[in-house]
Order: sequence, then structure tokens, then C-alpha cells
Amino acid sequence: MSVLPYLVAAWLLLVGCLGLATSRNLIHAVGCLAVCQASTYVLLLAVGYRRGGTAPVHSDLRPGSRPLVDPVVQALCLTDVVVGATVTALLLALVIQVSKRHGTVVPDELSGLRG
Amino acid sequence: MNRLLPLVVAVPLMGAALLVAVGRRVPRPVAEAVGGAVAAATTGLVVWLLLSRPVPDVEWVGGWTPVDGGPSVGIVLRAGPLALGLAALVSLLVVAVLVYSWRYFAEPPERQAGAFPALVLLFQAGMTGFVLTGDLFNAFVFFELMSVVAYALTGYRVEDPKAVQGALTFGVVNSLGAYFLLTGITLLYARTGELGMRAIGRRLDEQGGPDALVLAAFVLVLTGLLVKAAAVPFHFWLPDAHAVAPTPVCMLLSGVMVELGVYGVGRVYWFVFSGSGGIPAPDARRALVALGVLTALAGAVMCWLQRHVKRLLAYSTVAHTGLFLTGVGLLTPESTTGAALYVLGHAGVKAALFACGGILLDRYGSIDEHELHGRARRLPLVAALFVTGGLALTGLPPFGSGLGKAVTEEAGGTALTVLFVAVSAVTGGAVLRVAARVFGGLGARPTEEPSYETKGEEEEPETQGLLGRVPDSMLAVPAALLAASLAVGVVPGVAVAVGHAVDEALDTPSTAPPHWSVHGVLLGLLSTALAAALAAWSVLRPVPARPGAWTKPLRRVHSGHIGDYVAWLALGTTLLAALVLPGVLPG
Repeated sequence: MSVLPYLVAAWLLLVGCLGLATSRNLIHAVGCLAVCQASTYVLLLAVGYRRGGTAPVHSDLRPGSRPLVDPVVQALCLTDVVVGATVTALLLALVIQVSKRHGTVVPDELSGLRG
Repeated sequence: MNRLLPLVVAVPLMGAALLVAVGRRVPRPVAEAVGGAVAAATTGLVVWLLLSRPVPDVEWVGGWTPVDGGPSVGIVLRAGPLALGLAALVSLLVVAVLVYSWRYFAEPPERQAGAFPALVLLFQAGMTGFVLTGDLFNAFVFFELMSVVAYALTGYRVEDPKAVQGALTFGVVNSLGAYFLLTGITLLYARTGELGMRAIGRRLDEQGGPDALVLAAFVLVLTGLLVKAAAVPFHFWLPDAHAVAPTPVCMLLSGVMVELGVYGVGRVYWFVFSGSGGIPAPDARRALVALGVLTALAGAVMCWLQRHVKRLLAYSTVAHTGLFLTGVGLLTPESTTGAALYVLGHAGVKAALFACGGILLDRYGSIDEHELHGRARRLPLVAALFVTGGLALTGLPPFGSGLGKAVTEEAGGTALTVLFVAVSAVTGGAVLRVAARVFGGLGARPTEEPSYETKGEEEEPETQGLLGRVPDSMLAVPAALLAASLAVGVVPGVAVAVGHAVDEALDTPSTAPPHWSVHGVLLGLLSTALAAALAAWSVLRPVPARPGAWTKPLRRVHSGHIGDYVAWLALGTTLLAALVLPGVLPG
């Protein structure tokens, strides 16, 4: 198994964090959070991958004829996608509301809560 | 009998689904009554399971029991008395919150009277699920369920500019923590091929000593849980969220949700990493106690500096979770028992204090200590509850918080005892100072000056207009919560049961049950006396023209800026790794 997917996952997580830390727009920040989450998809799929393996769908497959990729990580990944969609949708809705109430989506201009 | 265990999570979920389905068509009292009934039914179920013999232990949901020794693919719930006890605490507090918030909000979303009780029930399902699950991935799913509901509840009043801002900060920081947690879980799965906590621990031990991957997994999993536990430097979301969330939500956030992060840390360490293939105990202890002490100190100082009452209480929660983390992080059965008792006693007290804060907010439309100066003289009952809560927070015997503090101190040694006394004196003293100013009108009226902080003036009341008189339900709930906290310290059976539950959860031979010692009583009285002295000093001294310069750097750190908080989170992860690193270096 190549090490590349793991490096990609680590890169995505770090670059997402960097984007979040330096973001000047809340929509951009929520996007960066989605990038961080994308790293977990890549990592999960890399962990479950088998060279030459096929999708874990048994209907047209003679048992034992071919290797399968790990079905558990696929289930985890699907769950992760659902969680991610929920979180992103809720946060974007909050950003819209911030924009309506504060008239800005620039984090530097939101100073209602300090100290 | 075990078969009923999944219902603890399923009943509130079904209740929430029912409320979402019919919430449009039913009038508000019906929706609120249904929410309360479902929460109460769940509580009854948990308490019944807790009292039944034998206490349910392991349940493979749907009957997916692993064939002996083989890999497990099913979802496992691991109950035991400690987990069920926490689930009972969660459920009881949910019931208290639903009673407190009876007819609370000015107006629920148009024609959706069921929205708030449905969200609270989902929150309950997420928390009980997190407590009961024995499967690391499901812990992540329940963690996210309770987080997402908590963001929604924090931003419940979407018309309030501060509320949406606080909810967004809360959401971004906690979700990032959750993704760190998931990355750690994935690394553990890659190494072991298992998701059950005990199974992961077994396989790690089979594979020899810890290496860089185990270290990375440990740090990432802990980061996620410590964000939830609001340990410094992962705590920045908490005061923002607590300052803006509706009061009933604060009662749940501070009372149990934050503590569940500490519980998660303890559970993951003992089940997964405590074996020979995990992280050696001295290194884990160093990391957890260091973060715990830092959290307690930072929380206490920031608590003292606040004038926004809800923020003050929020920082007091930060300080106390620091103490809980120290107790759990000492990794001995005695200290863990102390922390468990402390959590139990603290939950009632902190929820009661928030309830009193909510009454102030809804009666006077302000939550600012300076602006409220002397205005609440005509609420003697609320004043009595608030002062009692403040005293209980200092660890006054015989409150449950005092017993927990005393037991943890005894397990922690002299240096930590000093910390515990100081932190509880400062946080309790801050509450007593607020009580003296707001309810007693004592001291000079503070003058206004521009300053770098959140004040809490001109807040919108959360109820239908300003309250003319305080409803009985809003007074009965804090009184009952304080009585429950008192009972934890007074009824010896509770302490014995907690001690037994912790021994069973940690698989340790049974230790002496926790009890009051002369030493502990005296230390509790000492911190109460210190708190009273601090409060008296701050009320009676002349009001300084401007806040001390030494507080400035600490205040500036809490900038309210999402980017800064994410940077702190990354820094904290690095710090955690550095603290644990010696344990995995060869030689």
C-alpha cells in the first residue's frame, strides 16, 4: 500500500486548520472545516483499501473469488459523510444568520464576545 | 433485562421524532408536556436499570455477539453502574431543564411548539448514547449528535446577534475537535482492525510497546475529548457559548455535557491505552494533570475577572472541569471516585446557579453585575438560592461538591490540595461577590468605564417580556437541584455507590468507600472562609478606576475570534503530544 494517501490526508487536515486559523470570511472558514473533514474520508478509505480488491457488494460475486476492500470503513465513511453534511449545513445556516444580524461575515469585525 | 438497555437511547430519539412530526399541530403546553413525559420515562428506565440486580453490563445491539475471540463487527453498549449512573444524571437534569423551561421562551418558532423539547430530547439521546457506548466509532457519532444539537440549542434565538456568533464559534471549534477524534479512531482501526474500546486495547497489548502511531492516535483522540471538556487551551468556545445560549441550555451544557468530555478521557484511557501496548501511566498522568492544573488556574482567574454573570459561571465551569480532569488524570481509583462525586455534586449546583442567573436576566433584562447592583433586593428567595449555590461551589460541607472535593484532595496530595482550595475559593468567592452586589446592594456602585470585555447589559429577556413575578417552576427547579446536591454529600449510600461504581468500571479491587474525614471538612470550611473573605474584600474596597494591567494579556487571549481559537487548538494538540512523547521514546 502506497504511503501517498496518508500524506494526502495529513496534508488536507493541516491545510484545513491553517485555512481556518487565517480565514477572513466565515463561509470560507466553514469550507476549510469541510476540507479538514475530507481528510478523514481519505484516511478511512486508505486504511480499508486492498490492492486489486473490489467493492464489498456480494450480489454478483462468487464468495472467495476476489479480495474485497474493507466494508467496515465504507460504513464508517458513509456515516462520516452524513455527519459532515449535517454540520456543514447547520454552520452555513448560522453564517447566514450572522451575516443578517451583524451585516458582516469577516471574523475580525465580530467583536461582541471578548474577554 | 439487558435487552432494555438500547431503549435508553432510543426512547428520547423516538420522542424527538414524534415531536417533530406532530409539533406543528399541537398547542404549546401539549408539546412541552410530551417532551417532559418522554424525558421522565427515560429517567425512570435508567434508574430502574441502575437499581436492578445484576446491573446490566454488556449488550450487543441487534444480537451481533462476536464468536469467541474473533473480531467484533457489532455495536456494543457497555453499561455498568458508573455509565448508568451518569446516564441517570443526564436524564434527571434534562427533566429539571424541561420543567424550568415550561412556557419559558417568548415565542417558539412560528407554529413549531415542539422544536425546543425535541432538540432537548435529541441532546439527551446523544449524551446517554455517548455515556453508554463501548464502541469508539459510535462514541464519535454520539459525540457529534450531542454537539450538533448543542450548536442548534445555543443559537436557538436566531434573532440575537450574539447568540448566532457564539453558536458558530462553538460549532467550528467543536467540529474540528471531533474530526481530530475521528482521525485518531481511524488510526487505531488501521492498527488493530477493531472498533470496540476493550477489543482495541487487547489488540494493542498483543502488538507490543507503543510507537509513534499509538502516540498520534492517543493525542488526536484526547484532543477531541478535551475540546468537549473545555480544557485549556481548548476551552475558548465555552464562555462564548454559555454567555449567549438560553439559560436552560446552559444548565445542560455546564451541568453535564462538558463533564462528559472528562468522562470520555477517562474511559478511553482505561479501556484502550492503559495496557502494555498503550501509553505508560506516568506519561498520561503528566499530560492530564498538567492540562488539568492549567485549566483550573486559568478558569479561576478569568472567572474572578468577569462581570457578565453567565460568563462568570461559565469560567467557573472551566475551572471546575480542570479540577475534574486533575482528579481523573491522577489515574488512581480513589482520585477517580472523588472526581465522580465532585461531578455529581457540581452538576446540581452549577445548574441551580445558572437557573438563578436566568431569573435575573428575565426579571431585569440584564445579566451585568455592575448594572444589576442592588436591583434584586426584592427577590429574597432567589438570593438565598444563589448564595447557597455559591457556598456549595466553594466546597462547604456537607454539600456533594464538598465531599467530592475532599475525597479528590485526599487522593491528590498536598500541592494539589492547595490548588483545589484556591480554585474553589476564587470561583465560589466570585459568585458570592455577585450575590452581595446584586441581591444585597453592598459596596459602592461601580462606575462605568470603557473596557475590553463582554458586559451583559441590554440583553433581551428570554421569556415573554420581563417577568413580573418569578414563576414557581423556575424557583422550584434550582431549589430541588441544590437539595439533590446536598443529598449527595449527606446520604452515605450515594458515596458508597459511586465508589463501588468506579471500582467496577476500572476493574480494580474494591477500595474503602469515600467518606467525610475531619481533614476534608476543615479544608472545605477553609475554602468557604477564603471565598467569603475574597468576596467581602472585593465588595468593600474602593472601586478601582480601571482593571489591573496584569489581567490584560489573559483577556486579550480570549479575543472572540474563531481563527485564534483554532490556532490555540492546534497548539494545544502539539503541547499534548510533547507532554506524552517521553512515554513512547525507545529506551
